[in-house]
Amino acid sequence: MSYIVDRRLNSKNKSAVNRQRFLKRYKKHIQKAVSDAVTKRSITDVISGENVSIPREDVSEPTFHHGPGGKRTVIHPGNKEFAKGDKIPRPEGGGGGAGEGEASDSGEGMDEFVFEITQEEFLEFLFDELELPNLVKRKLAGIESFKYVRAGYVNEGSPNKINILRSMRTASARRIATGAGAKNKLKQLEAEREALIAIEIETRDNQRILALDEEIEKLKRRIKKIPFLDTYDLRYNLHIKHPQPTAQAVMFCIMDVSGSMNQAMKDMGKRFFILLYLFLKRNYKKIDVVFIRHHTSAKEVDEEEFFYSRETGGTIVSSALKMMKEIMNDRYPPEEWNIYCAQASDGDNWNDDSPTCGKLLSEDILPFVQYFSYIEINPRRHQALWHEYEHVQAENPDTFAMQQISDVSDIYPVFRELFQRKPA
Amino acid sequence: MKKEYLSTTSEWTFELLESYDSAIAEVAARFKLDTYPNQIEVISAEQMMDAYSSVGMPVGYHHWSFGKQFLSVYENYQRGQMGLAYEIVINSNPCIAYLMEENTMPMQALVIAHACYGHNSFFKGNYLFKTWTDANLIIDYLVFAKSYIQQCEERHGIDEVETLLDSCHALMNYGVDRYKRPYPISAEEERNRQKSREEYLQSQVNELWKTIPKNTEQQDAQHQRFPEEPQENLLYFIEKNAPLLEPWQREIVRIVRKIAQYFYPQKQTQVMNEGWATFWHYTLLNTLYDEGKITEGFMLEILTSHTGVIYQPPFDSPYYSGINPYALGFNMMQDIRRICENPTEEDKKWFPDYAGSDWLETLHFAMQNFKDESFILQFLSPKLIRDFKLFSVFDDDTKAEIEITHIHDDEGYKRIRELFASQYNLSMNEPNIQVFNVDINGDRSLTLHHIQHDRRPLAEEAQEVMKHLHRLWKFDVHLKSFRGDDLFKSYSSSQEKDKTSEETEDKKPAAKAS
Repeated sequence: MSYIVDRRLNSKNKSAVNRQRFLKRYKKHIQKAVSDAVTKRSITDVISGENVSIPREDVSEPTFHHGPGGKRTVIHPGNKEFAKGDKIPRPEGGGGGAGEGEASDSGEGMDEFVFEITQEEFLEFLFDELELPNLVKRKLAGIESFKYVRAGYVNEGSPNKINILRSMRTASARRIATGAGAKNKLKQLEAEREALIAIEIETRDNQRILALDEEIEKLKRRIKKIPFLDTYDLRYNLHIKHPQPTAQAVMFCIMDVSGSMNQAMKDMGKRFFILLYLFLKRNYKKIDVVFIRHHTSAKEVDEEEFFYSRETGGTIVSSALKMMKEIMNDRYPPEEWNIYCAQASDGDNWNDDSPTCGKLLSEDILPFVQYFSYIEINPRRHQALWHEYEHVQAENPDTFAMQQISDVSDIYPVFRELFQRKPA
Repeated sequence: MKKEYLSTTSEWTFELLESYDSAIAEVAARFKLDTYPNQIEVISAEQMMDAYSSVGMPVGYHHWSFGKQFLSVYENYQRGQMGLAYEIVINSNPCIAYLMEENTMPMQALVIAHACYGHNSFFKGNYLFKTWTDANLIIDYLVFAKSYIQQCEERHGIDEVETLLDSCHALMNYGVDRYKRPYPISAEEERNRQKSREEYLQSQVNELWKTIPKNTEQQDAQHQRFPEEPQENLLYFIEKNAPLLEPWQREIVRIVRKIAQYFYPQKQTQVMNEGWATFWHYTLLNTLYDEGKITEGFMLEILTSHTGVIYQPPFDSPYYSGINPYALGFNMMQDIRRICENPTEEDKKWFPDYAGSDWLETLHFAMQNFKDESFILQFLSPKLIRDFKLFSVFDDDTKAEIEITHIHDDEGYKRIRELFASQYNLSMNEPNIQVFNVDINGDRSLTLHHIQHDRRPLAEEAQEVMKHLHRLWKFDVHLKSFRGDDLFKSYSSSQEKDKTSEETEDKKPAAKAS
């Protein structure tokens, strides 16, 4: 009467669609949770999943049911000391206690609805509706690399591309087609000869047999002449060039480490860099990151040193830009690489250096990069560099963006602003 | 007695499942448990969570609310706040029961006895299930519903369908026929379902020329009111009469209504159903133990779990959340057996009809012919009232204090039993709301009446539900809540805020429906 079925190998994500629908419906709530999370979390785990909580009333599904008030009688178990007619003060939380199933559904004062989103979803929401600027431009400019992809078979080609299977198949077909007539004839003649030989030796038509022998021999030669493989049997694999959007990017992180940048400021810079890195990571298969830090002179360093070692002294920003230009020329030719740069600084600079920076940017850097974003980590008023950069931005509105960050909570909004999808 | 254990370790295998199943089936047959064939499906914990969140439907259409359900189940499970219930069983033929692969052999046996023989025989035997649901067709219908809704999503967009389903879900409790005596089911249902498929085909044809709104009300113009009699099945009324719904929308309203109706018997028999299933897993497995088929360790594990399931925390316990239907149901079933086998003087006085009768017959009779409300009214014994120490609390919002009206003493038994039974009367627990009138010659507005019982008002959410009603009806909807003959409060779909104690004739087209 019973059938036992093993269903364990059936798909287990039956609820995935419903889950997605739920996430979609509460996108706003989740986005808020995500943006809060970015601010609050420690720098090292920006990319794990996240708990999202939504007020119960927002996710409730309304129905008609009784509200508080009126008269009701409820039965409870576990009487200890009550006697009939006892009057007791109404307990907190109203009504006849938690006893009534219905009342506890109504949801007043209940917790938030809490659930977890995965890392993947977290990033999805984090970078939702953001895009990397100028991606399209680069493709249109025709600066693309190519990849060879298979595109069927052709009759001509170089020997190293012979497709053996295909060639043998056509050869076999050709042999059948050209040899079939002769083979049939041969069979027929052989049968006739058999028949003649079977007759008593005296009455045999020897002449006819000789003629047959000759003809059979001729046919056999003809069949043998059919080549096993002919030149027009050969088939070659065809590969064609397929344009490949440039899938590699390099990200320059430039940070001021002079005495005026304290650890908190550097932390903010780091968060920004991490966001940018995660975002690029979603768009490019391969990303190189170049860390350049500078005070009066610039130095290419590794990540550890970039974020944690500290220097003192003045600031010459142009040194970092010069270095970036050199590295670009040496290792990352703009025709092969998408170049992004994020610069973080408190805006301090030697006064006569700022114009140099502006010039470097406009002439040697901006024409070659996809996007250059500058953030000034500085709660106070703008410094010299900012004013210089304002000119740069006015001239290059597409590739250059700048924002000011004064507090950790600014980072994510500023980031969103910098990469907001722009109406086409 | 010679002991031949079916197994001695807690590991399960498919062969063992089979041998336990047939051993249990054999005992069940001795107790005259009549069941649908069983389809036992072994699934993983994740799949169990999926099954959980589709509210017991093995095939469910897509909706965000099931996603919400899933997320909350998942969260609770992850945090260890909740063990997954070890069984989900579906009222279908064959009866589908799920076993979780993580469980031990004793637990699997417990679930098989509980679900595949307990619940299963209840589904097959109880009059509500017999008359209201058709186990043969439900899976088919759910498959149809799922694919139909999916097609609607493709044709009309996910959002459109989703909002429609939101509105239907809000009224789901008002999509069932409560009082109307059920019609003979199988053949009739079959035809209905057939018709629904035809309607579906028709609706596709209608797509071509559906520009003229359906005007079903015209011919009823001579009547004073439409409908002539108040109607309690709101979804049915909307499906048949809403002026501007398109055919596919009517079909979706119908689907939600049908599913609500399918689950209605389960809501009315929770105590009995769980009590019956718990009683039988207890009895069947104990019989197996007595016959030397299962070991003591095995039995101990089962009893541990069993005891946990039937625990009833007292009202002042932090774990208290109302009456545990497993505890109440199981104890009542056990009690009926006791009254039949060893009646006391008290039992003979209270239950002259069945004290001392054949327990198995009486129990089957009870299972077949009652629902929670009538079952408690009929069978709750003074002994159980004492055991549970039941007491009734009267809460009147006009008085400062609440009053203990009855306790488990001679005076109290009868009243407690009555009050307790009425607590399981679904129509008492849900506000009484009915379709009263449609202004067919005027602005087509729909008027509903709510009759308050014991002065209990509607919850605030009613205003939200009005928006959903408006979305379905597409013209103004008014809800008047009456206390006795006096209008207590009226809600209207076209108002931002509900106004108290005055009727408003707001003719503005309702702009807000979201």
